[in-house]
Amino acid sequence: MNDILLKNINRPNSIEIETYLKDGGYKSLEKALKEYTSKEVVDIVQKSGLRGRGGAGFPTGKKWEFAAADKNTPRYLLCNADEGEPGTFKDRPIIEKDPHQLLEGIIISGYAIGAAACYIYIRGEYDYGAKVLEKAIAQAYDKGFLGKKILGKKFDYDIYVHKGAGAYVCGEETALIESLEGKRGQSRIKPPFPVNVGVWGKPTVINNVETLANVSHIIKNGPEWFAKMGPEKSPGPKIYSVSGHVNKPDNYELVMGTPLKDLIYKYAGGIKDGKNLKAVIPGGASTPVLKPEHIDVKMDYESVGAVGSMLGSGAVVVMDESVCMVGVARRLLKFFAHESCGKCSPCREGTHWLVQILDRITANEGSIEDIDLMLDICDNIKGKTFCPLGDGAINPVLSTIKHFREEYLMHIEEKRCPVGYQHSRWCL
Amino acid sequence: MAETETKKKGYAFSEEGMRKLKGLMKDYPSTDALLLPALYIAQDEFGYLDDAALQYVADLLKAPRSKVYGVATYYTMYKTKPTGRHLIQVCTNLSCSLLGAEHILNYLENKLGIKVGETTPDNRFTLITVECLGSCGTAPMMQINDTYYENLAEEGIDRILEGLK
Ligand SMILES: Cc1cc2nc3c(=O)[nH]c(=O)nc-3n(C[C@H](O)[C@H](O)[C@H](O)COP(=O)(O)O)c2cc1C
Ligand code: SF4
Ligand code: FES
Repeated sequence: MNDILLKNINRPNSIEIETYLKDGGYKSLEKALKEYTSKEVVDIVQKSGLRGRGGAGFPTGKKWEFAAADKNTPRYLLCNADEGEPGTFKDRPIIEKDPHQLLEGIIISGYAIGAAACYIYIRGEYDYGAKVLEKAIAQAYDKGFLGKKILGKKFDYDIYVHKGAGAYVCGEETALIESLEGKRGQSRIKPPFPVNVGVWGKPTVINNVETLANVSHIIKNGPEWFAKMGPEKSPGPKIYSVSGHVNKPDNYELVMGTPLKDLIYKYAGGIKDGKNLKAVIPGGASTPVLKPEHIDVKMDYESVGAVGSMLGSGAVVVMDESVCMVGVARRLLKFFAHESCGKCSPCREGTHWLVQILDRITANEGSIEDIDLMLDICDNIKGKTFCPLGDGAINPVLSTIKHFREEYLMHIEEKRCPVGYQHSRWCL
Repeated sequence: MAETETKKKGYAFSEEGMRKLKGLMKDYPSTDALLLPALYIAQDEFGYLDDAALQYVADLLKAPRSKVYGVATYYTMYKTKPTGRHLIQVCTNLSCSLLGAEHILNYLENKLGIKVGETTPDNRFTLITVECLGSCGTAPMMQINDTYYENLAEEGIDRILEGLK
């Protein structure tokens, strides 16, 4: 546990390049540049089975292959450090505590796809993380791991840090591109895909921080080592962020496919104050809520999908019996309505309508038709929006209606909250 | 607002601000990309982004004022209104709410004698709510200006505020 990606975070001076070098740091970069062609690096990552850790789980090597195949240049790598999916806090320790692990991955990945530069798009609130990265980048230039003719090879490469300014949707790859180009971060319709037409119209690969942090380890230990770890279809280590009503909320780096039950009870120390588990969100706010009967599920893309939710970012939010699930849906929909970029009407209007309905149901002023009305609105958002934010936004509503319909009925028919919660302004 | 009006208000980047902006120019193939960083510099230097500040940035980057205004109002971290010296941002997203964000908010409102969205009369504090800041494992939390305060409990808040003059 915590022995690959999070191995360094508690070491003294973990952010210094000397600390990293002493432990064999940047050796993978040397190996990649000296022993492999760019194409071979792409093949190795393909063979490893690494899939994107940003939420969608797309095979990383495939994405790289598409971008490398587009002959248009320059090409760019964008590191997605926007980390905004509520419940997710896994990229932050990599950025703040082990920046060189990330940079080494970014340099190798840039070499693989033939990129001219990488922009790390970091959420504006991670001001400290941005400073850590800036300093680490300067150190890497000093050592000749960045700049012109890296390690004597015909490979020039730069890394820049670009700060976002507070917009969840900018974590979505096309909105991120718009934002990097200096615009309002509103998603673009796909196709064209960023691998062909990305930032400044050039082929662009976008990868999550955790995805890129895996790369140096794959080069070091070989693709077979990685592919053998965990389930065949989604191998490798995974950082699960566990929060909410558990005794030990934290990041836990475990092998993909670790049972949700172990995460909650074995690693996160079980439910706080001896209460009972009521519900779990397995992969961040935009993934459907699960019930206690589902917690035997293995935490990998296929298995979580099979029980009707998604692995997403691996952000596990645990809720005990004191929580009103209608309140949870309301709180999350307020978030999505606030964060909708407003470009397409189903998401822009629909999320606000859902909030209005949830407001009145939690205030015990709803009617029984409201449930069907919400389902209808969700149906008119699903699959009808430019970007996946819309599809994610309806999940808290659909899954709480599916699994906790009785709580809606209690609010509507009995005019009371199932857990006696006082209707409140801001929070739940 | 016309350019002359901007000048009248006396807005201009300091040498340091200008140097920062110029330094960034080589990082991007297009000057359009400088808009977000330029707005951060403007906010640092002018405190917040009023119409004159936005006009100044538009002139500087030769960008349409409508675009600059559109961007500045789209992102939550750009302040188009003045705030107190210390901007208290309490996360009320799910993980923080589960662990008592509402109590933290109520406590702050009582303590400061203001409601969410307001500024204390001495201009020391402004209180707002924000969405998840990536500290859900150390909830509840708040950010004051650029600094995170995590694992909050009511008892600790007084001490945090006392340190902020
Ligand atoms: C609304 C929305 C928000 C997203 N936020 C993030 C984010 O904060 N960080 C991230 O890495 N991916 C985020 N994604 C996923 C990205 O669009 C993209 O799939 C990912 O960065 C690709 O990298 P990966 O293949 O390495 O996972 C988001 C997607 C959506 C639809
Ligand atoms: S789904 Fe929502 S966030 Fe995505 S493009 Fe449409 S309005 Fe914007
Ligand atoms: S929910 Fe508050 S920091 Fe994530």
